[in-house]
Amino acid sequence: MARASTAKPAKGAAKPTPAPASNRERPAEPVRYEASKDELMAFYREMLLIRRFEEKAGQLYGLGLIGGFCHLYIGQEAVAVGLQSALEVGKDSVITGYRDHGHMLAYGIAPKLIMAELTGREAGISRGKGGSMHMFSVEHKFYGGHGIVGAQVSLGTGLAFKHKYANDGGVAMAYFGDGASNQGQVYESFNMAELWKLPIIFVIENNQYAMGTSVNRSSAEDQLYKRGESFRIPGLQVDGMDVLAVRGAANTAVEWVRAGKGPILLELKTYRYRGHSMSDPAKYRSRDEVQAVRDKSDPIEHAKRDLEALGVTEADLKDLDKEIRKIVSEAADFAESSPEPGLAELYTDVLVDTY
Amino acid sequence: MSEMVKMNGLQAINAAMFEAMEADPKVLVLGEDIADREGGGVTGTMRGLSTKFGDHRVCTTPISEQAIIGAAIGVAINGYKPVAEIMLMNFTTVAMDMIFNHAAKLRFMSGGQTSVPLTIRTLTGAGWQTAGQHADHLEGWFAHAAGIKVVCPSNPADYKGLLLSCIQDPDPCLFVETGGTLFVPGEVAVDQGPIPLGKARIVQEGTDVTIISYSTMMLRCQAALAGLAEAGISAELIDLRTISPWDKQAVLDSAAKTGRVVIVHEAVRNFGPGAEIAATINEELYGQLKGPVRRLGGPYSPVPFSKPLEDAFLVTPEQIVEAVKGLMG
Ligand SMILES: Cc1ncc(C[n+]2csc(CCOP(=O)(O)OP(=O)(O)O)c2C)c(N)n1
Ligand SMILES: [Mg+2]
Repeated sequence: MARASTAKPAKGAAKPTPAPASNRERPAEPVRYEASKDELMAFYREMLLIRRFEEKAGQLYGLGLIGGFCHLYIGQEAVAVGLQSALEVGKDSVITGYRDHGHMLAYGIAPKLIMAELTGREAGISRGKGGSMHMFSVEHKFYGGHGIVGAQVSLGTGLAFKHKYANDGGVAMAYFGDGASNQGQVYESFNMAELWKLPIIFVIENNQYAMGTSVNRSSAEDQLYKRGESFRIPGLQVDGMDVLAVRGAANTAVEWVRAGKGPILLELKTYRYRGHSMSDPAKYRSRDEVQAVRDKSDPIEHAKRDLEALGVTEADLKDLDKEIRKIVSEAADFAESSPEPGLAELYTDVLVDTY
Repeated sequence: MSEMVKMNGLQAINAAMFEAMEADPKVLVLGEDIADREGGGVTGTMRGLSTKFGDHRVCTTPISEQAIIGAAIGVAINGYKPVAEIMLMNFTTVAMDMIFNHAAKLRFMSGGQTSVPLTIRTLTGAGWQTAGQHADHLEGWFAHAAGIKVVCPSNPADYKGLLLSCIQDPDPCLFVETGGTLFVPGEVAVDQGPIPLGKARIVQEGTDVTIISYSTMMLRCQAALAGLAEAGISAELIDLRTISPWDKQAVLDSAAKTGRVVIVHEAVRNFGPGAEIAATINEELYGQLKGPVRRLGGPYSPVPFSKPLEDAFLVTPEQIVEAVKGLMG
């Protein structure tokens, strides 16, 4: 990185010699992952599971079976699937905000436990106490599901601290949005993470909007991958609509942090098709804008074309779709039919003892 | 009598904002998603303001609560009257340093040199299954800070009148909007002006018991009145309107008259505003009461997501009736 000088050279003075490029090590340029047919099939399957799961959640919300705020991940599937396919479930930690269903499914957490949380049931993964925005599976090392924009970045820094301190070989992945990238604590975390060379992959899911506010209306530096630069955290911008590009970047990032080189920042350019939450009429953007992304860049369609090029048939994909629909509808049935928590649950889990 | 119009709290807030901005060019607005391009605020209360007054005066901000409040304080100590929106009350926690250590204390710490005529509008309340990080009633936290006023309207006329007062007030005010009250229509005088801060409203006069409440729980207390009347109990209902500084005189006068008091709020009962009010009544009216001051409030729990648990979290009109009956002995 050339260091730019802000001082104007005096008239007639010799041209300033350009500052030498930093000799700081940088991660290699990521290369698009070359997946085997089976691997790509697995990515496709997970993305489709997220898509169908979210569509079902949207329906259940419409029917009044899900309440509260419900933020769907439709359009962003390639991000969680591509990135987390490079992690080891139960060893590497993952943390995110309230738009968390996709990250959980991509970490192999049972769809029915997630759906039952969305409907607020006792069998839900947070026992009906957290809901869509607050879901955890400590067993998988999935640490939420957080409703305060930006908070997960600091929490994630702590997850990485533990990996380093305990020398357990794990890394942390902390997802946050373009909007969240303007919270102060994000930068406090960046500094600590680099200072202590913590094994953390910071992931900005830039879906272009924070509720109704577009990136350009809220961010002075809208190339968000650069946001770590002044902390010496290398940043990479990645096509978040191409699962293989995402996986390629994930490999670069994981290699970097596992090698003890400190944090890395990935900006995933992506898009959410639905409103911010189920209650958002999304008047701040045109239908055409959304349709254009769906038509041109849909991550699932993209993977499908790649699969067909590898010789996967329409019939194979149809079978898969059927299988996924069955999983999702079973999850929905479970979520609708399992019992609600008893009223005594209001007083449990507040502290270890009940008061 | 001036002419009355029907509107809800959202419309009342919007009307107050238009009036305040028209009347005083020093009134500015800051907050997430508040300009028309972003939808005019999550509940639409700021709708039309940026179109009319410009994006430089009605600024959609990044998601940066600490800096929103910090910058608003900086503008305020220079003579402007910012109205800063913190989308939901739980997000005020991100800006707590600015509110508690700065907005509330600058006047005192500067020996009276500075003034912070800042209004912070925020929204909260359980009942929409928004769970543990989006629904808390934290007014007690702010009331514990000397130097900031805490205002909790329950009806459209109060939304308008109290907001106008907050904006004009030379000191920082936290204006708490609630999901349970904002959408309920009511009569508002077309010329509804500022309503003084720190003054309670007697909603119904009575002689047997004093019920004190505010915000959404006010509506639940009103819903309990019929049951009380049926039981032959004459209840006096007080809408506190301002939590800090609260209207001690109105409360003590009523408590002295009835000898029985029930305080109802949505905030968690432990260490809630009701504790302060009850303690004051006990100190001032010891020996004149016919029974202990009763408090109804949220249980010692975060707001739960599950619908039945959330329902159980909230005080019901039936529980209010029961509490009063219990006091009547
Ligand atoms: C501290 C805080 N401020 C505001 C909000 C309200 N809020 C919830 S999501 C959101 C937008 C976040 O956008 P972004 O980070 O881009 O994530 P996305 O929703 O696009 O996934 C806002 C303002 C909040 N939950 N927490
Ligand atoms: Mg976003």
